[in-house]
Amino acid sequence: MAMLHIVNKSPFEKVAFRSCLNHAKAGDSILMIEDATVGAIDGTSFSEKLKAALADKSVYVLGGDLAARGLSEDRMIDGIKAVDYAGFVDLTVENETTQSWL
Amino acid sequence: MKFTIMVNEGPYQHQSADSALQFARAVLAQGHEIFRIFFYHDGVNNGTRLSVPPADDRLIQKEWSELAKEHDLDLVICIAAAQRRGIMDEDEAKRQGLDANNIIEGFRISGLGQLIEGGIEADRTVVFGD
Repeated sequence: MAMLHIVNKSPFEKVAFRSCLNHAKAGDSILMIEDATVGAIDGTSFSEKLKAALADKSVYVLGGDLAARGLSEDRMIDGIKAVDYAGFVDLTVENETTQSWL
Repeated sequence: MKFTIMVNEGPYQHQSADSALQFARAVLAQGHEIFRIFFYHDGVNNGTRLSVPPADDRLIQKEWSELAKEHDLDLVICIAAAQRRGIMDEDEAKRQGLDANNIIEGFRISGLGQLIEGGIEADRTVVFGD
C-alpha cells in the first residue's frame, strides 16, 4: 500500500525530513511543500540523502513553493518532479494513504 | 473521491493555512468532494470574523467562509481548542457568560468526534500544520 509523505520543514532546520526518509518504504512518494522545498536543491549537505531515496521512491516538489523561495527548478536534483496543486491532489489520489511530517 | 482536510495552524502564522486553502480549492476544481475540513489547535483561528489584516493582504478567514458558501462545505472548529483561544459562536458565548461571539459564517463548533468521523467517511485525509 503506497503512501504519500508530505514534508513541509526544511531539512537544514528540523529533523522531520530525515525522519521521513528513514521511514518511507520502496514505492512510496515524497512531496516537498512549504519550507521543505529547499531540500530539492542539488549540491547541499542534504542532497546525497535525498538522491539515495530516489533509487526506489518518487520525489516531488510543489513548484510554487520552490519559486516563492527564489529557487529555480533547474537547480533541483535530477529525478525530482515539480507539481502544482492539481498535481498535489493527484498524488493524494494515487497513494492510498498520506502522512504529513509536521 | 471524498476528502477530509485537517488544519492545525492559524492564518498568518507560517504557511499551512494558505496551503490548506489552496489544496481545498484544487480538490474541488478536480471534481472531488470535501466531506469535512476540521480545524484543530491554532487552526481554530481560521474561523474568526474579527481579523483585520492590512488592505493589500489576503483575508484568509473570509476566503474559507466564501469557499464554504460556494461549495456548501462543512468547516468544523474543535470546541476545546476554540474555547482556549477565544473563538465563540453565539451559543457558546452565552453558555460561557461572555459578552460577544466572533465565529465567521460557514464555520461551526463541534468536537473531535467530527475529525474521527471525517477520517472514516473520506477516502483520503490530508493534514496541514506547522
